[in-house]
Amino acid sequence: MSHELSHLDALEAEAIHIMREVAAELERPVLLFSGGKDSIVLLRLAEKAFRPARFPFPVMHVDTGHNFPEVIDFRDRLIAEIGERLIVASVQESIDKGRAVEERGPRASRNRLQTVTLLDAIAEHQFDAAFGGARRDEERARAKERIFSFRDDFGQWDPKAQRPELWQLYNGRVRKGEHVRVFPISNWTELDVWQYIERERLELPPIYFAHEREVFARDGMLYAASEFVELMDGETVFTETVRYRTVGDMTCTGAVASTATTLETVVAEIAATNITERGQTRADDRVTEAAMEDRKREGYF
Amino acid sequence: MSLTYESNGNSSADQRIAETELLRFATAGSVDDGKSTLIGRLLHDAKSILADQLAHVKETSERRGDGELNLALLTDGLRAEREQGITIDVAYRSFQTDKRRFIIADCPGHEQYTRNMVTGASTADLALVLVDARNGLVRQSRRHAAISALLRTPHLVVAINKMDLVDYDQAVYDAIVADFKSWSNGLEFAEARFIPISALKGDNVVEPSTNMDWYDGPTLLHHLETVEIAGDRNLEDWRFPVQWVIRPQNDERHHDYRGYAGQVAAGVLTPGEEVVVLPSGRTTKLAGIDTLDGPLPEAFPPQSVTLLLEDDLDVSRGDLIARAGEANPPTVARELEAIVCWMSDQPLRAGGRYALKHTTRSVRAIVDAIDWHLDVETLAREDNDHGLELNEIGHVRLRLSAPLAFDPYARNRETGSFILIDEATNDTVGAGLIATPEG
Repeated sequence: MSHELSHLDALEAEAIHIMREVAAELERPVLLFSGGKDSIVLLRLAEKAFRPARFPFPVMHVDTGHNFPEVIDFRDRLIAEIGERLIVASVQESIDKGRAVEERGPRASRNRLQTVTLLDAIAEHQFDAAFGGARRDEERARAKERIFSFRDDFGQWDPKAQRPELWQLYNGRVRKGEHVRVFPISNWTELDVWQYIERERLELPPIYFAHEREVFARDGMLYAASEFVELMDGETVFTETVRYRTVGDMTCTGAVASTATTLETVVAEIAATNITERGQTRADDRVTEAAMEDRKREGYF
Repeated sequence: MSLTYESNGNSSADQRIAETELLRFATAGSVDDGKSTLIGRLLHDAKSILADQLAHVKETSERRGDGELNLALLTDGLRAEREQGITIDVAYRSFQTDKRRFIIADCPGHEQYTRNMVTGASTADLALVLVDARNGLVRQSRRHAAISALLRTPHLVVAINKMDLVDYDQAVYDAIVADFKSWSNGLEFAEARFIPISALKGDNVVEPSTNMDWYDGPTLLHHLETVEIAGDRNLEDWRFPVQWVIRPQNDERHHDYRGYAGQVAAGVLTPGEEVVVLPSGRTTKLAGIDTLDGPLPEAFPPQSVTLLLEDDLDVSRGDLIARAGEANPPTVARELEAIVCWMSDQPLRAGGRYALKHTTRSVRAIVDAIDWHLDVETLAREDNDHGLELNEIGHVRLRLSAPLAFDPYARNRETGSFILIDEATNDTVGAGLIATPEG
């Protein structure tokens, strides 16, 4: 019998190890779930790490109120199916309480406001660790981030003062009020995630597969027409067969034209693509050259 | 001079979907030795730079007036790095070919960042040391090779770069190889390989060079794709640090379930064999190996699994499960000797107290003595009377608040390594490699 692991097995083993370290060393972890493919993979990895017991932490969704309804339906079904606890932190509530101010205009988005809701929820529940599904291949600033990424009392990331991460010896020590963001699939690529979903036969929200949708074109991307977005002059709504490559808010997540209706055909498309997923589908990263770095410093996911 | 880029055709989509083997390698280098260009070349020629990333680099290069396609922009992630043209921290990058999936730990080459090289080397299967053919072996390349040897990165590749600037002259290459061999005499690598390349022109990176007929070895990528790494892990000794105890509550079906979850550090574990739980020394039998996908007939590193034991022993996080009666049992002791790489501005001194994390166990440690430190360039031992300053590496004796079960680092990386944590700041301040006692 061969004693080699495939790359997916090795990445899975690493992620399970990371999740168990957090459960063992931190008092109050939480798993951040967006309904996107990366956090769906995180849930499967948590099952691998802790079954037949329940997860030693709740699952939390930061709900912007601008989510795709299909994703919210999927979230509720999946959480019920795996029998775990779900906390919903609402951006609308942050706005109602005056903690966050709604952006205005055709390009308004609640993307940035999520950080307020997230940090408030972390403080309210006294979470000292938050699992996220971020990957190093997504964006340049993320390539520099540790697997255990320390955040101060203000939720801030300081890229110049990161703890060295040696072997598989993670240091998750925090003081009261501080927390760590932990990224178990840091070393995975988009293709790894898709291959894993295919291998594990994971169910995804239907918007990841080709479907007909009312869209409009802006900045070279296709956006869903919805009550949350104002059209600008010259923009018109039309019907297109599309799928989503990432899942964020309806206001800032672009669709790609595609006829891939099965996992196999989506994986084949991803393997052959020549554009990164954030470059193709995320308006939030296009604002400035260091958009992600700036948001991360403030405490974003 | 600028690299030319064709459009990014991916003709081999079908082949890329197969599961392959993972190879982690570390590079280190200074700003000028072409490390960024080499990584850019590997990523590009392996078709792992996507069109929007490339367009972004092109656009930024032009806006900044770099006058050419500046590949460093692709690898420098932080604003300060791009503004100052430096690399601050270890970056991890992935790419794949149809043969292997790669993770690069890209370490900055500044003098003050030795700790980053140690960090990058700690998880690497292979070290890629860059040498500028015009300058020969400089302090930086020696330092990286020495640290890689110290951390027992099994494979070494010395890439002699910028061969285009020395007219692809074999004599230059031969002299550097000879110099490296005589200098590194005594460093331990499972395998060392020398490859003459030009990252800028692409010679011997992905495609064989037509300018160096005198070289008949593999290209860099071919070597990375084929170097044998499966034998690097210790499959003899059984080592399983218990990470987490799985005891389902409120669940009738699993009422009596008690599983010991963790990652196999060494050995091929098979049910039925007698095991010893350390440091207590109690023995029982391995009853089974459990996973979400069902029981396994065996488990080996680095699998994450759950062990079931025959008897209901008191086993908890931090315990080490080993095979009973092994030829090379772990040492169980309250003191140890280690090579420590120091990573803090506050020096390590005799009498200092730290938290020590070893596998899944944390104890407190007191520094009894610092015997000597290393000249990181020559690996010569030097008398130490000042403690260890930031980026110094030395031989340290530690006393522990509770016993640890460990192995020499040379025998097993996982059970032979530890980190030191300053309990006042919670920072990771030292990396330790457990040594065989000098007496």
